[in-house]
Amino acid sequence: MSAMSNNNWSRRSLFRAAAGMAAAGTLAACGGNNGRGGGSGSGKTLVQYFHAYGEAGVEQAVKRYAKAYKDANVTTQWITGNNFEQKLFAALLTKNAPDVFEFHPQIQLVKSGQVADLTDIIAPVKDDFNPADITSHTVDGKIYGVRMIDDPQFFFYRPSMFEKAKVEVPTTLEELIEAAAKLKTSKVKGAFLGNDLTPLQSPLIWSAGADTLTADNKPAFNTDAVAEGFKQLRSLFTSGNLLLDAPADWWDPSAFTQGLTAIQWCGMWAMPTMQKALGDDIGIFPFPKVGSAGKESVYNGGWSMFVNAKGKNVEAAKEYVKWLWIDQKQYQEDFSTSYGFHIPPRTSLAQSATKLKSGLPAEGVKLFNEFGHFDNIGWTQAMIAAVNDVVANSVRKDADPKAQLAAAEKKVDAELKNLFG
Amino acid sequence: MSTATTHKVAQPASAKVSKDRPRRGLRASSTFNFWLFTGPFLIGLVIFVFVPIGWSIYLSFFEARFTVTPSDFVGFDNYKQILTDTDFRNSLVTFTVFAAFIVPATWALSLGLALLVNQLRFMRAFFRSVFFLPTACSYVAAALIWKMSIFNGVRFGLANTVLSWFGVDNVAWLANPDPPWYWLVIVTVRLWLQSGFYMILFLAALQNIPRELYEAAAIDGAKQGWQTFRYITLPQLRATSTAVILLLLIAAYQAFDEFFNLLGKATWGQPPLVELYKMALGENQNYGAGSAGAVVLTLLICIVTLFQGKIMGFGRGEESK
Repeated sequence: MSAMSNNNWSRRSLFRAAAGMAAAGTLAACGGNNGRGGGSGSGKTLVQYFHAYGEAGVEQAVKRYAKAYKDANVTTQWITGNNFEQKLFAALLTKNAPDVFEFHPQIQLVKSGQVADLTDIIAPVKDDFNPADITSHTVDGKIYGVRMIDDPQFFFYRPSMFEKAKVEVPTTLEELIEAAAKLKTSKVKGAFLGNDLTPLQSPLIWSAGADTLTADNKPAFNTDAVAEGFKQLRSLFTSGNLLLDAPADWWDPSAFTQGLTAIQWCGMWAMPTMQKALGDDIGIFPFPKVGSAGKESVYNGGWSMFVNAKGKNVEAAKEYVKWLWIDQKQYQEDFSTSYGFHIPPRTSLAQSATKLKSGLPAEGVKLFNEFGHFDNIGWTQAMIAAVNDVVANSVRKDADPKAQLAAAEKKVDAELKNLFG
Repeated sequence: MSTATTHKVAQPASAKVSKDRPRRGLRASSTFNFWLFTGPFLIGLVIFVFVPIGWSIYLSFFEARFTVTPSDFVGFDNYKQILTDTDFRNSLVTFTVFAAFIVPATWALSLGLALLVNQLRFMRAFFRSVFFLPTACSYVAAALIWKMSIFNGVRFGLANTVLSWFGVDNVAWLANPDPPWYWLVIVTVRLWLQSGFYMILFLAALQNIPRELYEAAAIDGAKQGWQTFRYITLPQLRATSTAVILLLLIAAYQAFDEFFNLLGKATWGQPPLVELYKMALGENQNYGAGSAGAVVLTLLICIVTLFQGKIMGFGRGEESK
């Protein structure tokens, strides 16, 4: 009898057992302990994509907010690495695309039908949003994303080092180049503008009195002043006064806090970390004027929440976005001020956030209001990449900026024709 | 009793099995076994390799921006675009420079390591493992270690620390294309990662060389060292060398991870796969042009491989040499 049993076990039973285990696995995945987090939802499952924020605690906060949502199980994909946009774009073409994702307003997402119209959920509170943020998310009168945070970017500097080197805060690009030379010592470089310098491309364009696109969506960045700015940046790049190839790039304050540089381009989000490391020995200034007709500028970056229009749960996703980024003001303030510093896009929140009312953060808000430039929804990732090439070729290599700008203009023009006909 | 026992033992087992449970139909046939074992892999191959290749060829004839299910047929336009694209052509130049560095360097280093390890009388397994271990490391992880710890541009990077002992100022290894120090970083990381694997191939080949050949050479007066290496070892490794060079060349064509992670938004040092990634999966999301580039690159690899096989005699039997 036992021998017979063994014989059966080694054949059909083995297959039955395997099938049973597979079925059990499937059933187990339907249970509460499925690794999706949440578990309190009513059966609907939403997936949201976030890029990895550098400040400690943000990931936990995002997952905490998601868990508090009762109408769906919200899974958070925390995408590390520096190619979030590529991963997002690729995922949006598949059936595993996220229902909700953060990104910057870009018209090709609207034109290709990838993002849902969120006008109805924003309309009741539209007047409480920064009008520039509403404009940057609007196409043909419809609003396609909810701004979560505004992130002004500027230069951070060490006043003690400036004082020691007898350097004034630069207001022109020439002065910045001179300051970097005076501030350089055997251990400290004058300035750090990021490893590939691309975060400065738009501020340089604005500071030279130009723009990325005109109001009627024509290329506006190919001017003599911009070309001259890139030439000046080249002289800074080759001067030996610039910190190059830092282990952590411009968005991370490490180079600044470790004393590797006297000036660093970075975002307001890094202020708490900098203050913890350097106390009050921190100042900020906007991207200085380029050429005589220019004006100082601050890039108001940031992140917005979008709903995948081709997802399976568009309405549920819209409900979640409304709940978190429109209704839950306490989470919005927590997200903006408890980890890194960001400016809440809701005017009422920006005015009431106590941490932004004094000291360095208040100065950041002032620069944001005075010199800020917002994302243009028509300025797409492909156009940004075209100007990245100008920086790589004319600043880091020695190509003629005017010819490079003309080549980029051609690419941007083709892109605009694709988008607007 | 004993007779009966002996009788049972002597009975052929196969005959008994055959009598009790006759093998029949598919289960008895070798065809069934063949499909049972190869079927799952074949299905995987079809789904994950052949279908994407076919889909890619299909996409290459369509305008496919931000979509992989296009409807706008454009004929050979994507091929024209890719063949006139200076970035793609530059990427082929980059590949040529890279292959010119990495193929001979890896060949020489892995052969040198194999010769050294083969000479060892003690701890041979230990050193074999030590040199082979980097093969298990991912290219991404290794590239990041090279970029952030060894070849970063700050004063506490390993390479810059060593240079500072000799009074040399910090070098920006990756940010500056002039001078092109980035090649040193890229070539050394790949050498570290792949030499161990090819060392194992050479080691196996070295151990297959008959000792009699060396003994005969010694009797004929050949000196140990360069002479025996030149006239016995190297010719005996010809087949392995050919295979190694072929594999290295294909691996060089497929270079992606270290370039992508080390050079970021540079416009220099972009091999074909990085260029195609940028075109299809990067900011442009142009799957049509990217697919056309992939087809062109595949054809190019096939042509180069066949040409190299022809020159070096890959696949030819010993008798035909």
